[in-house]
Amino acid sequence: MSTLVFSPQSGHSIKPKTKQWQADFTLGLRRGLPIALGYIPVSFTFGLVAVRGGLPAWVAVLISLTNLTSAGQFAGTSLIIAGAALFEITITTLVINLRYLLMSLSLSQKLSTTLSLPQRAVMAFGITDETFSVASLEEQEVTFPYMLGLISGPYCGWGLGTAFGALICSVLPGNLQEALGITLYAMFIALLVPNVKRSQAALVVALLAIGISSCFTWLPVLNQISDGWSIIVATVTACLVGAALFPRKDV
Amino acid sequence: MTRILLAVFLMALVSYLPRVLPMAFRKKIQSPFLRSFLYYVPFAALGALTFPHILYSTGHLASATVGMVVALALAFRGKDLLTVAVAAAIAVYLCQLLLA
Repeated sequence: MSTLVFSPQSGHSIKPKTKQWQADFTLGLRRGLPIALGYIPVSFTFGLVAVRGGLPAWVAVLISLTNLTSAGQFAGTSLIIAGAALFEITITTLVINLRYLLMSLSLSQKLSTTLSLPQRAVMAFGITDETFSVASLEEQEVTFPYMLGLISGPYCGWGLGTAFGALICSVLPGNLQEALGITLYAMFIALLVPNVKRSQAALVVALLAIGISSCFTWLPVLNQISDGWSIIVATVTACLVGAALFPRKDV
Repeated sequence: MTRILLAVFLMALVSYLPRVLPMAFRKKIQSPFLRSFLYYVPFAALGALTFPHILYSTGHLASATVGMVVALALAFRGKDLLTVAVAAAIAVYLCQLLLA
């Protein structure tokens, strides 16, 4: 086996490179499975809405496979259907997606500096709210095969769900569709809770973000601001306060 | 159709750029303040993404609240993502059946 690597100093064999690659990939794949399942009802709805709005099924799938965002592509697609100007479509989608700047920058600090640019370019494509959260809360190092495994399932789920929605083009039974609407949010809760139990700083930051996001939803004037901006403002403000109150020495 | 495909391309571009630009930045940030700031991003983003949007995720405030409480309770007990997500969906489903 040509890929076997031996540590010359100790004389002990270490894990062959391909084995480590496989182990990381498999771990990522496993972590991505719940995300993939959560994506199916959401992307199903997307496919349905897009085709109902007059887009061909293949365009709906193309949008999902090239955009891989929920809110961003929903908004962009509804503007396409409404016949909006290209400029408006682009700016709206951009604003909703600007939060990825923060997520990607945060994740980049967790990555090994040895990752190549093409590897980073591939990993970046798969960053979503869900994959970012799982990867950045991962205790072990986020390697290239791990990330590849993590994004494969959700990517397939997102594409398949869209295709089903676009081709079947009939709504899931109402109660089921509505019940599945909560899955991604429930997953967010499952990711957040163990961390806020462990760290008071994380708790304060999360509660602050929730408070600000609630203001943007319920207070007059503020509720005119789009979701894209409100998530960014809530995240940035909460993190600024967190960094000021609870500076970390170990990160 | 050309207009649509152009729009899809532009959407893909503005979906990818915010993700890839920071990743291309290979240097480790030195400032402790900025590092702390970025460390807190997942917690803040998860909070802002989840609440209050979760309350509107099922179409009924009551069932969404029930689903959220179930998710919180199970997450506090350390259940894994899939269990929490499936249990919340089942709770919402049962709640909708009761309300109907």
